Amino acid sequence: MNHTTELPNHRSARVRNGAAAAAPPPARSAKRRPTSTQWAAWGFLAPVTVYLALFYAYPLYRNLDLSLRDYTVRSFVQGDAPFTGLANYRKVFADPTFAPALLHTAVFTAVCLVSQYAIGLALAVFFNQNFRLSATLRALFLVPWLLPLIVSASTWSWMLNSESGVVNATLHAVGVGPVNWLTSPSMSLASVIIANIWIGVPFNLVVLYSGLQSVPAGLYEAAALDGANAWQRFWRITFPLLRPVSAITLLLGLIYTLKVFDIIWIMTKGGPADSSTTFATWSYQLGFGNLLPAFGPGAAVGNLLVVAALVFGLVYVRMQRRQALS
Amino acid sequence: MSGSRTRTWVKTTIGVVLTAVMLFPVYWMINVSLTRDQDMRKSPPDLLPIHGTLAGYRTVLDEQLPYLGTSLVIGLGTVTLTVALSAPAGYALAKLRPRGAGILDFVLLAAQMIPGIIMAMGFYAIYLQLGLLQSVPGLIVADSTLAVPFGVLIFTAFMSGIPGELLQAATTDGAGPLRTFWSIVLPISRNAVVTVSLFAFLWSWSDFVFANTLVNGGAHEPITLGIYHYIGNNNQQWNAIMATAVVASLPAAVILVLAQRYVAAGVTAGAVKD
Repeated sequence: MNHTTELPNHRSARVRNGAAAAAPPPARSAKRRPTSTQWAAWGFLAPVTVYLALFYAYPLYRNLDLSLRDYTVRSFVQGDAPFTGLANYRKVFADPTFAPALLHTAVFTAVCLVSQYAIGLALAVFFNQNFRLSATLRALFLVPWLLPLIVSASTWSWMLNSESGVVNATLHAVGVGPVNWLTSPSMSLASVIIANIWIGVPFNLVVLYSGLQSVPAGLYEAAALDGANAWQRFWRITFPLLRPVSAITLLLGLIYTLKVFDIIWIMTKGGPADSSTTFATWSYQLGFGNLLPAFGPGAAVGNLLVVAALVFGLVYVRMQRRQALS
Repeated sequence: MSGSRTRTWVKTTIGVVLTAVMLFPVYWMINVSLTRDQDMRKSPPDLLPIHGTLAGYRTVLDEQLPYLGTSLVIGLGTVTLTVALSAPAGYALAKLRPRGAGILDFVLLAAQMIPGIIMAMGFYAIYLQLGLLQSVPGLIVADSTLAVPFGVLIFTAFMSGIPGELLQAATTDGAGPLRTFWSIVLPISRNAVVTVSLFAFLWSWSDFVFANTLVNGGAHEPITLGIYHYIGNNNQQWNAIMATAVVASLPAAVILVLAQRYVAAGVTAGAVKD
């Protein structure tokens, strides 16, 4: 399990830094390739290129098209909906759900991100001490991340059940009255946040742990000789040296938390009364959650999410480039 | 000496406690799956399945096998499609680097950022027109979008490490690019194939968004929808729901036990999950 990566040679160093996601491979375009190799190369790339066009670009285009037309169920099937420009977007901005959805998305993302990172980092530092059983226990921490989201979500739903859930039973045992986790508007967002933090901690733990592996042990020894205690060693050595990995972890976490849908939808459907609605669930609610689907506004909300994700994605790419150069 | 040994044991104890807290929901899922109907609403609930019953699992056998079969087919289909598309692409991006490859790198990265519900909505619109709603091949294609960019990434990273001399030698011996790829690059990349296959399988097995959007109400539904219908329909039979959840978690458990190092490699290299 010390074996954090299967990737051979020089690239593995970068993978250990948690920064390997789509880092452009060493470009050797300076050395011009013969034309036949060019053709062969694009032959190998042709399937995936066609695939990306058909199954990424086209669905995205359809989604954009949906958001710019006034679709009804009938015109959705027949495909002759009138073009209405930005009307769907205006409708979405004016919708009373917009402000709460924005707030919930921001709170959900921020709280999940910070908690997952803090817990993940604490655990990574703890497990980095390599005690007996540490590798096995660390592997077990992966379980929540590997479970199907519907499994996690339904388990948490039952644990948080108002009458028969184990959480309320525990609270009762220590003298706290029952909390309506999923059915009261004041608690539903907190409930889905708790469940989502549980799912996200393993990812943070694994990536930050692999980042810790690249901090030279000699530094700690030197600091210990100089009389630095564990707390000082963490803030003066570990945390600063981990900054690049932390940045990547948080940014990826941000992108993935923005689009969390399954957990919220399965646990609360965004309710009660929109109290746990985020952009992701609102978009789905509009498109598929009602008897009378509003595909246009649903697609419009979705596209706002895409824009947000891509903006942070660009930041991620820039950050990676910088780290690859340094 | 004995002092440091004690401290190791203290750390191990703390580690075990932390792991127990973290895995409590998993334990609770198993506990509830073994609980009798009449004990389900007991307060406080039994912490151990003392009056354990397998009734929940019997219900799974009676009602959920078709769902599990469908999920297996969809998982294997997604793995095949993903590896077939991403291994050649990884080879080209790692070793051949044609002009314009940089754009593809970028597109693949951006593709991973797109929220699943957006893709689901687009697929829904397209499949509705093509009559592909509620079809298994349609769901396989949709599920593969979860894994293909990740697959290309892993293959590119792995194949960059194959020594150029090896491929040069093959060319000198008269092997064309296709032959080189098939007889040399692919066999060497076995570990990458395993990593990509594992994740492709796991993601399609776990997929809920595409399934709920594209095949809901169809003749062949995956296990995630099996559970979802359970939650929606009979709120009372939580032992059956949790038993289904336990069964649906088995692939994850098997993978963790048998292929742990591949999982760790995948998490750190790709860092992707919906």
